[in-house]
Amino acid sequence: MIVKLDNIYKVYGESGTDTSVPALNDVSLTVDRGEYVAIMGPSGSGKSTLMNVIGCLDKPTSGTYYFEDKDVLKLKDRQMSDLRLHSIGFVFQSFYLMNEENAIENVALPLSYAGVPKKERERRAIEVLTKVGLADRVKFRPDQLSGGQKQRVAIARALVNNPKVLLADEPTGALDQKSGAAIMDLFQQLNDEGTTIIMITHDSNIASHAKKIYKIVDGQLFSGTDEQGVE
Amino acid sequence: MFENLRLAFRGIWTHKLRSFLTMLGIIIGIASIIAIVSTIEGTNQRIKENLIGAGSNTVSVILCQDDYPIDTNYMEIPDGVPMVTDSTLEEIRDFDEVMSASRYTERMVYDGVYYKETTMEGGYVRGVEMDYFSTANLAVKEGRLFTDDDLKKFRKVCVIDEETCAGLLGNEDPLGKVLEIGGDAYTIVGVITPRNTFTPDINSVDDYYTFTQPESGTVYIPLCDWPISYRYDVPENVLVRAASTDDMTAAGKKSADQLNSYIHAREYGVGYQAQDLLEQAQQMQELANSTNKMLIWIAGISLLVGGIGVMNIMLVSVTERTAEIGLKKAIGARKSKVMGQFLTEAAVLTSLGGVIGVASGIGLAKVISIVANIPVAISWPATVVSVVFSTIIGIVFGILPSRKAANLNPIDALRTN
Repeated sequence: MIVKLDNIYKVYGESGTDTSVPALNDVSLTVDRGEYVAIMGPSGSGKSTLMNVIGCLDKPTSGTYYFEDKDVLKLKDRQMSDLRLHSIGFVFQSFYLMNEENAIENVALPLSYAGVPKKERERRAIEVLTKVGLADRVKFRPDQLSGGQKQRVAIARALVNNPKVLLADEPTGALDQKSGAAIMDLFQQLNDEGTTIIMITHDSNIASHAKKIYKIVDGQLFSGTDEQGVE
Repeated sequence: MFENLRLAFRGIWTHKLRSFLTMLGIIIGIASIIAIVSTIEGTNQRIKENLIGAGSNTVSVILCQDDYPIDTNYMEIPDGVPMVTDSTLEEIRDFDEVMSASRYTERMVYDGVYYKETTMEGGYVRGVEMDYFSTANLAVKEGRLFTDDDLKKFRKVCVIDEETCAGLLGNEDPLGKVLEIGGDAYTIVGVITPRNTFTPDINSVDDYYTFTQPESGTVYIPLCDWPISYRYDVPENVLVRAASTDDMTAAGKKSADQLNSYIHAREYGVGYQAQDLLEQAQQMQELANSTNKMLIWIAGISLLVGGIGVMNIMLVSVTERTAEIGLKKAIGARKSKVMGQFLTEAAVLTSLGGVIGVASGIGLAKVISIVANIPVAISWPATVVSVVFSTIIGIVFGILPSRKAANLNPIDALRTN
């Protein structure tokens, strides 16, 4: 298993006071290598918080979280950075590409943080861009690309360091139906090739592409087969 | 590092106008400093060059009372001051800094030097020995200098300089003409001229003072004839030629000390002092430099303001680029990487400002030299220091914005978009 969360609580504000807001309430989740998991929930359900916790962007208030053999709660700031750099690939709803940089430069960014030499960065960036179907667009800047193409660049950037997990937050949220479907096809293909994917979405159609679906309501996580608490 | 530089240049190029306006404070500060330093350098170099040419590295060591030269028209030689003996002169010549030394007496001319009906106005009469002319680096223009025979026979002969020649004789051929000096008739045997053909640049009253006073309108008579035409007991001065321009001050001082060691009654404020052109010039320079140093401080304040401007814009830039910073941190950039990127950007921005400032400063200096007729010399150490200094400004004033960027919480940063 790669990701193992046990009894995770996340409370915003000072716990125990009136102003404290519980965002995650006793969440336990295990994701194994090669899985394709969707976490579904409406806005305000705590799914973003869960994604931040899984993505090692935020530490939970209590509980245990093991990323492979690493106890995430015990990691220092800089070790969390390194874990994100080498083990987690992020895909966001609004792409977050650098507009002045072309596709290769955007994709190569994590490699530069990892200290990969320039030639090698370029080679690997082109390789991954080819994998996501942008072989003919490698020198294009984001403003010269369509929404779907931009998300492919972002996915390539997430994949370039060969992460253990691809963590996607509403990956189709800013795309039209057709581009969204194409991205889902790409996810399917990546998963078939062995990439572990955790996807967070509010859209049940998108979630249905995953092999395993969880639902999150008011900070509590339910397996997709549980009917409890849904709708 | 290289990646950061590339990003920094790209960022600056993307926001050309903003970057330029940000740099403006640095540009103005550095440009003013370069212009001021160039002017100082230029003035200093000019003064030094002129000294080497004009003074021939000579220092007059003159007997003074209370810091003023003793005017032999009115004053007697004070008690306890001996004549300058041959052995004293030898002692002076033995100093490493001294090339040659010659004694002379001098008297300012108020009246008493005539050619026919023309009176010499101002200037000096000097009683000199044979080696005076070589020590003072004076050459014969017409006629001859004194001979042993002249001195042995106490001949009343004189040598005049070009200024005296023009003033007293006009266009007449001076050789063989007779001047009345101190009531006696002296025959002009030669006209002397400074050996080198250097013409000083006179740009100010100070320059005029420096260059014109020492050698204007002088009549030279043999030292042995002096007591005949004037008083017997006049103080003797020494003209010292230093081995180099830099040795002038030391040569003058050592010679004066040597002469003073033979004076009794120093308590009356009587003593030899070196009339050192170099020292005078240095005082002039110091005056000019202290004024200019004030200007450098003012320019430094403009650099400080420029640095604060850079900090301000960098803070705005960090706020604007919150999403970019958030993403970079999210995908695994360590704090130090983000910090490094923004520090590099600030440093590149101010260094670029420094380089542009240096270029404008050199341009400004050239314009000043043409418009105000002030000499300028570009000081390369100053330009290097300026660029390095502006880089340091960027790093110092970039710390706060960079820390702000590095400490951004990636979750918050991504949420703002």
